[in-house]
Amino acid sequence: MSLFNRKPEETMKVTYISHSGASQTVAVLVGESVMEGAVKNGIDGIVAECGGACLCATCHVYVDESWLSVLAPIAMDEEVMLGNTFAKREPNSRLSCQIIVSKELDRLIVRTPEAQN
Amino acid sequence: MPGGVVIAGAGQAGFQCAFSLRAEGYDGPITLVGEEPYLPYQRPPLSKGCLLGKQDLDDVGLRPAAFYETNRIELQMGRRIASIDRAERRVLLDGGGELGYDYLILATGSRNRLLPVANAILGGVFYLRTRDEAASLMDGLETARSVVVIGGGFIGLEVAAAVSSYGMNVVVVEPQARLMQRAVGPVVSAHHLDLHTRHGVRIALGAAPAEILGGGGGVVGVRLNTGETLPADLVVAGIGVIPQTELAEAAGLRVENGIAVDEYLRTEDDAIYAVGDCASYVSRFGGGRVRLQSVQNAVDQARCVAGGIAGAAKPYDAVPWFWTDQYDAKLQMAGLSNGFDTEVVRGEVESGQFSVLYFRGGTLLAIDSVNRPGDHMAGRKLLAGGSTLTADQAADGSFELKTAIPA
Repeated sequence: MSLFNRKPEETMKVTYISHSGASQTVAVLVGESVMEGAVKNGIDGIVAECGGACLCATCHVYVDESWLSVLAPIAMDEEVMLGNTFAKREPNSRLSCQIIVSKELDRLIVRTPEAQN
Repeated sequence: MPGGVVIAGAGQAGFQCAFSLRAEGYDGPITLVGEEPYLPYQRPPLSKGCLLGKQDLDDVGLRPAAFYETNRIELQMGRRIASIDRAERRVLLDGGGELGYDYLILATGSRNRLLPVANAILGGVFYLRTRDEAASLMDGLETARSVVVIGGGFIGLEVAAAVSSYGMNVVVVEPQARLMQRAVGPVVSAHHLDLHTRHGVRIALGAAPAEILGGGGGVVGVRLNTGETLPADLVVAGIGVIPQTELAEAAGLRVENGIAVDEYLRTEDDAIYAVGDCASYVSRFGGGRVRLQSVQNAVDQARCVAGGIAGAAKPYDAVPWFWTDQYDAKLQMAGLSNGFDTEVVRGEVESGQFSVLYFRGGTLLAIDSVNRPGDHMAGRKLLAGGSTLTADQAADGSFELKTAIPA
């Protein structure tokens, strides 16, 4: 038994739609963030300069309205950084590094803004 | 000989140079040369998420391999640049081969300062800067019971916080009179001393290791200069880093606590830049030449240089900021507080949610925030310029910091 747990291998589908409308659906591991799923799969619209520490607001996404109620609420540090996004903050704005993929989020849809910085 | 940009060093700064050059529309060849065998990766998680078992070491990469192909960034991993031929604008690689350049960016980073005590090379003494070092440390921790951390800076304290969560005995040995002395003010140092103590970590201030005690092929303890001996089966040293300036020095470039660069982050050779941990520059935030080791510094400097090479040169003037996560305390720092004459605390230190603002001659120098991210972001903007925030306003809990941000 190791101190450093391995992640579960289960994946969920997440769809990223770019500002120009291009759609990519990829498999993201449960426990990983929507930002990590984007970076690992070469989704261009997410920069993630700080690597997921909730410090840079360059992984801003617009969450498909139908999914908003399923997401965990916005924590204080995410709220602060959402006030500092490059593209306009909308009611469905979230930082993708703070959305952790779970079974409930299978087939989640997010849209990336025109620019992150 | 083909030109283009050669980047020496594939850490956060080197990676960001390549990334930003393409983002800025630079179309020439880009070659990223890195000593480690891995694709460019992030270091912050090594002492945070990875040590806490929340993040895999395989998951710290900045971008997957396909990114470099798509963006025509040639990777030379596991390679070291042996020397720079400035006259011919080329670098010679260790083990043979050379690369010509129009621009060379030195992003050579830093290396660990090593323990200057007897037996410091025994098995059981670990450092934490690279992926390989993180993997070794994690292996060692699997069977460790008593851990001595040498150095009460960010790395040492992040290690202490993670290790104590596994129920091991942890003692942090710090020669200075307070924790994180170079980075934060005394109020924050005292808060974090209390935080660690409450989590069962003993902090030994004003003590330095005199000898690592060995037995049975491993570590059995650490003898301090105070005479005390701490039992330990694992020692982690986080006692700072040394900038890697040898390549620049051998090429005749000026080194002044780091590779000396101007406001455009150029060395005295117009074709050679230096960024990140290895570079020293004159900062209005530091009151002189500074060398900073942080993600922010690496990323913002890389962006500045990419802009300079791709056509839109602007002087480097970013606000320095840092962060460290220990237990549930997210400590964020903006600006450099050295030399302050007035400090103002907002919020209650005891609540674990507070900020300290530092002023000198009435001007805001820096702000340290514990679990007050709003203050931190306001602080970054206030420090960027034009702030009229006074110490009296800062001390007024009903005064909102962000209202002092110039429009």
